[in-house]
Amino acid sequence: MRIGVFVCWCGSNIAKTVDVEKVVEAAREMPGVVYATDYKYMCSEPGQNMIQEAIREHKLDRIVVASCSPRLHEPTFQRCVEAAGLNPYMVEMANIREQCSWVHERTPEATQHAIDLVRMAVAKVAKNEPLSRSKLDITRRALVIGGGVAGIQAALDIADAGYPVVLVERTPSIGGHMAQYDKTFPTLDCAACILTPKMVDCASHPLIEIWSYSEVEEVNGFVGNFEVKIRRRAKSVDESKCTGCGLCLEKCPVKGIPSEFDEGTGTRRAIYRPFPQAVPNKPVIDREHCRYFQTGKCGVCQKICPVGAIDYEQQDQVVTEKFGAIVVATGFDVWRDEQAMAQFGYGKYPDVISSLQFERLMNASGPTDGKIVRPSDGKVPRSIAFISCVGSRDEVHGYPYCSKVCCMYNAKQALLAKDKLHDVQTYVFYMDIRANGKGYEEFVRRAIEEYGANYIRGRVSRVYPDGDQLVVKGADTLLGRPLEVRVDLVVLATAMKPHDDAKELARKLGISTDQYDWFSEAHPKLRPVEVLTDGIYLAGACQYPKDIPDTVAQASGAASKVIGLFSKEAILSEAMTAFVNEDTCVGCGLCAEVCPFGAIDLVEVVDREKSTRDNQVMKTVARVNEGVCKGCGTCAAACRSGSARLRGFDTKQILAEIDALADAALSSKRL
Amino acid sequence: MTNFSNKVTSLVSENAQCCCELSLVEGPTGSELKRRIQELCGENVLECYQCGECTAGCPVAYAMDIAPNQVLRLAQLGLEDEVLGSSAIWLCAGCETCATRCPKGVALSRVMDACRQLALERGIKPKEPEIAKFHDQFLTEVKRFGRVHELTLTALYKVRTKDFFSDVFTGIQMFLKGKLALIPSLVKGRDEIRRLFSRSRHGSEDS
Repeated sequence: MRIGVFVCWCGSNIAKTVDVEKVVEAAREMPGVVYATDYKYMCSEPGQNMIQEAIREHKLDRIVVASCSPRLHEPTFQRCVEAAGLNPYMVEMANIREQCSWVHERTPEATQHAIDLVRMAVAKVAKNEPLSRSKLDITRRALVIGGGVAGIQAALDIADAGYPVVLVERTPSIGGHMAQYDKTFPTLDCAACILTPKMVDCASHPLIEIWSYSEVEEVNGFVGNFEVKIRRRAKSVDESKCTGCGLCLEKCPVKGIPSEFDEGTGTRRAIYRPFPQAVPNKPVIDREHCRYFQTGKCGVCQKICPVGAIDYEQQDQVVTEKFGAIVVATGFDVWRDEQAMAQFGYGKYPDVISSLQFERLMNASGPTDGKIVRPSDGKVPRSIAFISCVGSRDEVHGYPYCSKVCCMYNAKQALLAKDKLHDVQTYVFYMDIRANGKGYEEFVRRAIEEYGANYIRGRVSRVYPDGDQLVVKGADTLLGRPLEVRVDLVVLATAMKPHDDAKELARKLGISTDQYDWFSEAHPKLRPVEVLTDGIYLAGACQYPKDIPDTVAQASGAASKVIGLFSKEAILSEAMTAFVNEDTCVGCGLCAEVCPFGAIDLVEVVDREKSTRDNQVMKTVARVNEGVCKGCGTCAAACRSGSARLRGFDTKQILAEIDALADAALSSKRL
Repeated sequence: MTNFSNKVTSLVSENAQCCCELSLVEGPTGSELKRRIQELCGENVLECYQCGECTAGCPVAYAMDIAPNQVLRLAQLGLEDEVLGSSAIWLCAGCETCATRCPKGVALSRVMDACRQLALERGIKPKEPEIAKFHDQFLTEVKRFGRVHELTLTALYKVRTKDFFSDVFTGIQMFLKGKLALIPSLVKGRDEIRRLFSRSRHGSEDS
């Protein structure tokens, strides 16, 4: 055994506190060490060359680098020794910076601490064994969950790179919330004009399959090899036959069902497509409202359909498909808690509506053909109050976070209202104006300065009716005075919230959520599109409220991660993974229970063959899926029989470290 | 320093008007006031985003009933009586610190001017009558001599305000130092100056 020790100064980071030369001297005396030296920056090119030369010259077979945290430079030194012909796992790092020099004054004890850390690393590296990473195959086909603008963008990017994509959407059409909007801030592009071409691109792309009216039921497997169970709900319309002529939509006798797409401002029938530009542009039957399904009588759509596409017998199909990567793009929901919004009269007065409802009223393809009218009497409003932060920044009634987009769409709606109805007076009640995107602040100022939106800083306490109008009671906190405005229509900028079943989907995917149920990214700054489970990526507002530009950017980011994964020849598994000694494992399952990555399964194995009879004795043991294991060591710590162990952190290595420390302490009479 | 900060805090407490509710119930808010101000001085009060820089830098804000930024805020809301009836518009010394520092380029000093003009136009009694009288006397002097004759100005101003004794020692000292000329000096082209006056009084119809 020929161990080399390399002590780094880290400029003055280590050397100003630790007597580096003393550490080198001490290292030379440690068992197995044949060479020790120091250098100002061990991670630099000359430093690395120094290690490689020493390996050749002194025939070193194990290396200890005493420098910074392994989180920072372990991969650097692993590559360095690998280039010199050693197994990369024959390097140990003694962290004498974060765990020593940065937390000590320059004292003899600090140097002693560094020496002890090096001594432990030397003892451990003596027990290291070469490890290797195994190659895992990749299924080069992606699953995108959610067909809003995030899912659409991700699917298109992945498919354009040449990989097949299945785009799963819960509702009958892709398009998501963006399809509901009228125009988009700050450029006032019409949402449909920029979104529907992308929807059509998805439908016509040879590598994209759109599975609308479908939901993910179960996810198994790991990066490169997911198995996903998807329920394709019965549409009661045979898509291969349906031409989308729309005859059934006109003849269906069940009318007046509040349209989900129009946020209840319009109605639909029992057989419907959410909007005329839907993709796929084929209707589905809402069985809960359909007279045929409820009473067994009707069948008008079947009789009228010229191609015989109506199929009442259709059943839900549950299919299991293999995917290599998953993009989660399930978006958001809007806050609709009428009770919590009672102060604004939402749900009580018909002329108090949500911003999304107002969006439908402004939209040319909406229920009023883009005419802004009051829901109560169909009259054109002469004054409109927009109220911000309804449910946002309200930790008592709603959510403590800022929904991020409301300031902008308030400005947009106030501006467009003025644009459509020249005589209208608009009032925007706000707490702060958060307009921090490209062209956003300018846009808000335009709404105020050019379109005369009356911005009033202060929350609204109450909305109450007076005659056929509504009185909004608020305050102008800039003047410090209460104030009231009489208006014809009140629009509430309701908070963005996660879907009610977001947590359920997170559980299926094995990913984590934050306290509100938004999906958690792997790192808030440096890994914003990944989650802690490899092969699963986030796009759009399912992670946190986002506007369209941010959503699309993240979707392209997620897609590029998928493309990067698929362009690899194979996935290398972690080398430092757990393994189970099946001879001693008693199959208690504790390891499987504590594993945070779901990497351990209980399997039946043959315990022994019975020679006398031809049956076998079976037993249950734990088995680690190395593709999923992250090498955290929780199982090894939990295992009662010591059967679950972690490569690179085996019991004998840990004990060697402890022994080395204890021996040194005893011999120097520190214990 | 302590003295100054005391003044600032006391300003807030003395002039707080929380009890007075604003009502914007009466249809379109103050577009008339905004329009007139813009006509008179070219400033769009809607451009102000109420950062408070004008108030922060104003050397006379401590003496005003409403802060300079509140003048703009009230103008935005169209609360004409409150703006034009305030002392703030009269106390403004026109030093233009606000205009120099405003991040939105709103020259509040010009808005103040416009407000004074509007107040006179609408026959609103100036909250600071002495200042209004001083302005008036100042302009009378300019109209008559083409420039200000300090002694005449002081004398007539004192007659108008019936306040004969304040600042009398300052006056004597100034006289002894030769700062107050006995005989008014006239400028050439006084006819042109008079024409300027009559033109500005009648607005655009003359030009």
